[in-house]
Amino acid sequence: MNLRAYILKRLFLSIFVLIGLSIVIFIIARVVPGDPARMALGPRAPQYAVDQLRQEMNLDQPLPTQYYYWVKGVLVGDLGKSLTTKRAVADDVKEFLPATLELAFIAAIFVVIFSIILGTLAAKYRNKWVDTVIRVMAYTGVAVPAFVLAVLFLLLFGYIWPVIPVLGRLSPEIMPPPTITGLITVDSLITGDLSAFWDALKHLILPALALAMGPLFQEARIVRSAMTDNMSKDYLAAAVGYGIPSSVIMRKYLLKPSLIPAVSVMGLDIASLMGNAFLVEVIFNWPGISRYGMEAMLRKDLNAISAVIIVFGVIFVLVNIIVDLIVAYLDPRIRLGGKV
Amino acid sequence: MDINTQTAFDVNIPSASTRYKEALRKNWYKFSRNKLSVVGLVIVLAVIVVAVFAPYVAPYPKHAGSFVDYQHANLAPSLTYLLGTDNIGRDILSRIFFAFRGALYMAVLVLVISLPVGVILGLLAGYFKGTWIDTIIMRTTDIFLAVPPLILALAISAVLKPNLTNAMIAVTVMWWPWYTRLVYGMATSLRNEYFVTAAELIGASKFHILFREILPNCLSPIFTKMALDVGWVILLGAALSFVGLGEQPPTPALGQMVSDGSRYMPDLWWMTIFPSLAIIIIILGFNLLGDGIRDMLAKGEHDRG
Repeated sequence: MNLRAYILKRLFLSIFVLIGLSIVIFIIARVVPGDPARMALGPRAPQYAVDQLRQEMNLDQPLPTQYYYWVKGVLVGDLGKSLTTKRAVADDVKEFLPATLELAFIAAIFVVIFSIILGTLAAKYRNKWVDTVIRVMAYTGVAVPAFVLAVLFLLLFGYIWPVIPVLGRLSPEIMPPPTITGLITVDSLITGDLSAFWDALKHLILPALALAMGPLFQEARIVRSAMTDNMSKDYLAAAVGYGIPSSVIMRKYLLKPSLIPAVSVMGLDIASLMGNAFLVEVIFNWPGISRYGMEAMLRKDLNAISAVIIVFGVIFVLVNIIVDLIVAYLDPRIRLGGKV
Repeated sequence: MDINTQTAFDVNIPSASTRYKEALRKNWYKFSRNKLSVVGLVIVLAVIVVAVFAPYVAPYPKHAGSFVDYQHANLAPSLTYLLGTDNIGRDILSRIFFAFRGALYMAVLVLVISLPVGVILGLLAGYFKGTWIDTIIMRTTDIFLAVPPLILALAISAVLKPNLTNAMIAVTVMWWPWYTRLVYGMATSLRNEYFVTAAELIGASKFHILFREILPNCLSPIFTKMALDVGWVILLGAALSFVGLGEQPPTPALGQMVSDGSRYMPDLWWMTIFPSLAIIIIILGFNLLGDGIRDMLAKGEHDRG
């Protein structure tokens, strides 16, 4: 199977996954809670108002019909109204999603850069003290939940040693750049506002680090063990025998194939990253879609809950396809149409 | 009996109990070679003992409930209150001990329910690979794996009434697919083994093939995953209780204590730091133990990095 067919198949299967996911969400948001109309209006609303809303929300129809109306709405971008913000959920998503994407992107960059550096160092100095330190940090890093790390950061950098901003996306005295992409770092660069760019970047560091810490060390360990495995392979001895400089061997012949297993689990790391964003955004008061979703969940704002889960489902599916593409790029056996 | 002196002529077949002891001794040797695994085991045992005997070992068992003592509120760690007291005068250490109970209870129950469900579905889908059974089970699994577990668990427990039982339901719903996928992979390759074909040829029942032929060969990865998962379930539970979706006050839960404490930062730092450390230690303990069990059960694999 060649790569194009493989990607098409993945996309095709993803559609089924998303349809299934929509059913699961429908069950969680519409069937489990009992009466969404009553929930929306609160326990003291008069019965006739509840009945009217039930009719508006098509709740008087049988479940499959309700599902049909709901999906039809979702497909044209009509996600209903949010109880919390009293606006269309679609507008809320548009407003809050960029902040989360920005945060997740920076966190992912942290994971990639640091895991490669630390993993390479650990492999190069394996069984030396560098390796041991990284191993111990890996064990602790994985055991510290992102939300605990976020709270500890808040205590350390918010109160004890305030060298870096801890709350929000921008300092209050900085004028936010005009919204073009919604990513403040990008927008400020486009408009040439370097002080805003720098300030936004500083605000990103702590939440991104809180999200990245767990996956980062796990990835570093995977890179390390893949590299030590590959070091004993014959092709590497051959490369050394040819007299290829060791820096080229390290980069081209050792690092590249060793990244394949690390990238393959990247999809799962992104999942944990996005899940943890729900708590980390709340702690750092980050105005992203996860904090919005968290508030929606605590207020039982069903339309917003469903929308947020759908958005994350779609992102997750796309990320996994991208991960597959990167693996294919790194692995010639897949790229050149071998067995997938 | 020294294993090296045993020859083919040795007529002393070791009794079942000596063989069992021998296996145990060998496994313990493999396990204890890595000192970190032993550390993990010690942590886990300590946590279990403390949790089970919390009413006896906690210095102030009454403080686990709705206890109020404003005279001793906001006290920093001291000899009377080793980890300090919270804003209404409850001993943090005692509350952590009792919070371990909920965390372990949740982890055990989630795994006890999701494991058989996941394993049975994985066996069925793997053995009947390519049929509609496979399609239905594995595509359903894909759906649950398509959302980060924490998000769906948050949503489920938010829609239901917030309490420990519903938090457990939410985590369980998210947990079985991982076992299904694990067992599916193994079952698809095992079903082509000769011993399965042999069992099929002599007309063994499907039940026999699934549970007597295939399942025993999947057990060690399942147990490894289970040992590692205890830590993850505790983590997920702590995350849920951090946002108020787990155990409800006054019953203590680790995440809930961190969240309460964070409101009194930095003055009452002990309210945040110690429950945070408790979470880290309990997860670290189970992770180290799980790694140790994995290395113990792994056959001929060295240097796992």
